[in-house]
Amino acid sequence: MGKSSATSKDAQALFHSLRSAYAATPTNLKIIDLYVMFAVATALIQVVYVAIVGSFPFNSFLSGVLSCVGTAVLAVCLRIQVNKENKEFKDLPPERAFADFVLCNLVLHLVIMNFLG
Amino acid sequence: MEDSSLRYAFGNVLCFFILLLIGLLAFSIRLFSVIKYESVIHEFDPYFNYRVTQFLTKNGIYDFWNWFDDRTWYPLGRVIGGTVYPGLTLTAGTLWWILNSLNIPLSVETVCVFTAPIFSAFAAWATYYLTKEVKGTGAGLAAAALLAMVPSYISRSVAGSYDNEAVAIFALIFTFYLYVKTLNTGSLFYATLNAIAYFYMVCSWGGYTFIINLIPMHALLCIVTGRYSSQLYIAYCPLVVLGTLLAALVPVVGFNAVLTSEHFASFLVFIIIHVVALAYYIKGILSPKMFKVAVTLVVSVGLVVCCAVVAVLVALVASSPTKGWSGRSLSLLDPTYASKYIPIIASVSEHQPPTWPSYFMDINVLAFLVPAGIVACFLPLSDASSFVILYIVTSVYFSGVMVRLMLVLAPAACIMSGIALSEAFTVFTRSIKFQFPGISQSHQIDAGDTSSEPSGDVIQNVVKTDKIDEPVKEWPSRRNKKKEKENVEKTSKPSIKSKIEKRLMVLPLETSIISLCLLVLLGAFYVIHCVWAAAEAYSAPSIVLTSHTPGGLHVFDDFREAYAWLSHNTDVDDKVASWWDYGYQTTAMANRTVIVDNNTWNNTHIATVGTAMSSPEKAAWEIFNSLDVKYVLVVFGGLVGYPSDDINKFLWMVRIGGGVFPHIKEPDYLRDGQYRIDSEATPTMLNCLMYKLSYYRFVETDGGKGFDRVRRTEIGKKYFKLTHFEEVFTTHHWMVRIYKLKSPRNRIRSKTKKSKSKSSSSTNLKRSGTRKKNPWH
Repeated sequence: MGKSSATSKDAQALFHSLRSAYAATPTNLKIIDLYVMFAVATALIQVVYVAIVGSFPFNSFLSGVLSCVGTAVLAVCLRIQVNKENKEFKDLPPERAFADFVLCNLVLHLVIMNFLG
Repeated sequence: MEDSSLRYAFGNVLCFFILLLIGLLAFSIRLFSVIKYESVIHEFDPYFNYRVTQFLTKNGIYDFWNWFDDRTWYPLGRVIGGTVYPGLTLTAGTLWWILNSLNIPLSVETVCVFTAPIFSAFAAWATYYLTKEVKGTGAGLAAAALLAMVPSYISRSVAGSYDNEAVAIFALIFTFYLYVKTLNTGSLFYATLNAIAYFYMVCSWGGYTFIINLIPMHALLCIVTGRYSSQLYIAYCPLVVLGTLLAALVPVVGFNAVLTSEHFASFLVFIIIHVVALAYYIKGILSPKMFKVAVTLVVSVGLVVCCAVVAVLVALVASSPTKGWSGRSLSLLDPTYASKYIPIIASVSEHQPPTWPSYFMDINVLAFLVPAGIVACFLPLSDASSFVILYIVTSVYFSGVMVRLMLVLAPAACIMSGIALSEAFTVFTRSIKFQFPGISQSHQIDAGDTSSEPSGDVIQNVVKTDKIDEPVKEWPSRRNKKKEKENVEKTSKPSIKSKIEKRLMVLPLETSIISLCLLVLLGAFYVIHCVWAAAEAYSAPSIVLTSHTPGGLHVFDDFREAYAWLSHNTDVDDKVASWWDYGYQTTAMANRTVIVDNNTWNNTHIATVGTAMSSPEKAAWEIFNSLDVKYVLVVFGGLVGYPSDDINKFLWMVRIGGGVFPHIKEPDYLRDGQYRIDSEATPTMLNCLMYKLSYYRFVETDGGKGFDRVRRTEIGKKYFKLTHFEEVFTTHHWMVRIYKLKSPRNRIRSKTKKSKSKSSSSTNLKRSGTRKKNPWH
């Protein structure tokens, strides 16, 4: 009984500290995080849809889910490269990171369009 | 300062010319067969690729993509667009198209013959870049030179060997190079290029599963050994997502890219790397106390969820009989699998395990240098060198399972040996330089020495002396490189330390000179062996054979003679039956429909042909007649001593046929467990179609004795007549013999047993002369 209240107090403390630490991140990174959340949510919605309706044009399902996951991954890569706290990337200009991101997205979406059927 | 930049420029130019020469070497060492024989396509599989390329160049890409081939696997046909790896044919087709649009009128055959040497030059350059990422320019040049000549790679990429591996090995090395480059630089641009190179690899060869399992293994290794970094994330995750999509684009792979077990490793590590990335991120933003709390909470909750998910996955995978793996992959993981369950895979000679001498034959001196290279990779250990170590370990295992996969071992062995050679040369030349008394300021030589190589060495020295614990991977911008060089020259302390370190690693002068000479001698032996192997062992086109008689060079061109006869003397729609080895050549050169060919995708069809070859004449005639076969082709080497003929392959026909039709039993053809064709052979053997078709009228060649030069005995049954087949053509040296099925007789004499068949049990096979028996019922 005491243990569970201790763990719930710990959980609350943890939650608060996470929240405060996250609030300290710069706004541009938060925007990227929002984009990642959106992409993952879209992927989840698609998976639930397929679970309900069935996966007949499987290539469409695959390309839809993988496009969401792909943009999420690429956005995370962009976030890594743009984040000022990462020591390995402090010499990389953010414009170059964004250009790489756009190029990779172009290739990804070209493939998606081809595979969508 | 100017001196060092001049040296740098000179080094670059020298490097460029060396690479050009290496490319030329790789191209020209593969031209022996063109010089000794002619510009002809070799072996069996390349003929199929050649035919497909011809179709592509004639009809364009849309027809190629939708091509349904009805000239093979009669009556089933084959969907070429969906079952062939298009990379090779598309590459050669593009080359031909570019050359023709530039008004260089090369024929398709010439382009096909020379595709492999061109791409081996590219592969050597790709090896240079890969090894440069791991160790440095010197190692890169050594590895490229070794790969240009290694016999294992030459064997599958001579001029004329127009097979998937010719292009696929280049794609493999290039994909690995881009992966290591992304790992070293953390650039998303190289990650995109990596995915595109992986797509090219998937298009080219079924061995792409090696890449999609090796890279996750390496990522896992990095995570487990505590070397997780954000560069690993950038190198791995876009590759998985984009790579899976691109792999699913290729029709051969299709949905297998997400459904088969060969790809599950990449998804599993994808999930693991995300969990690890999240853990590191939370660790970064929380205080240590809070992080401990988070860990305990997550572990307790997450473990339960994890177990549930894993249980579901395991149940899904275990429900399929092969656990989701394809037959070929299973035979790689369990070397005894194929011989137990799939005799077709076991019968291919390339799928046998290699012998020890074949290692020395195929990679020669590199077998000794590889362990030295592995040790050199550990000092210091970086992500790139751990990747190369993993590559060589896995490729050594797989090469031990199948001879064909020695080809995948070759680049890894060359990289390791290049690293070893380069490190050895560095130590010896450094020793010689330091021993000479005339050189005054050694730390200037340090700076000058190390600045002639790219920044990797300089950063290494600085790192070694200053920061010992964490090698920080700097973004290698140009400003950084110059700053490091200036740091080395300004502050004398690190350079003195490095000088001291280097002093400790110096060997005596005479030892190093002798060792240098010995190393050069080793290289000379390697070169001699490679040139010999390329000229003698691996340049045979196997469609034309030669032998050196006292009267000069004797050429055996029987195969092409037989195919030319077929194409000129039979109708276009006639079907030819032979063992599957000759299917591709028959369709490509004789332009006739065949029953089975080298693709071996339908075991029952091949077993039908095998059963027909193993049955007595009448039963064989029935089977062939039901398949609409008009001509039967056998290869016979008894007159000239050609050992790869059908009688030597006959036991495989029995085994494969017996695997599907149980009335063919292998012990029936063996006397006391021994395979013989002389007078001691079993009656089943002496009556089977293969024996009869091979040895019909054979006694006429040597005046009644019938001595088979390959089996080295006289044959058992010497004088016999064929009742259901008639001989229509035998080539000059009796190597290919073509028979025609006799049409059924118009009138049947009174041989029917109607009264007896009513009383006999229904399990007896009812034979009436007028009805064709369908072997599938």
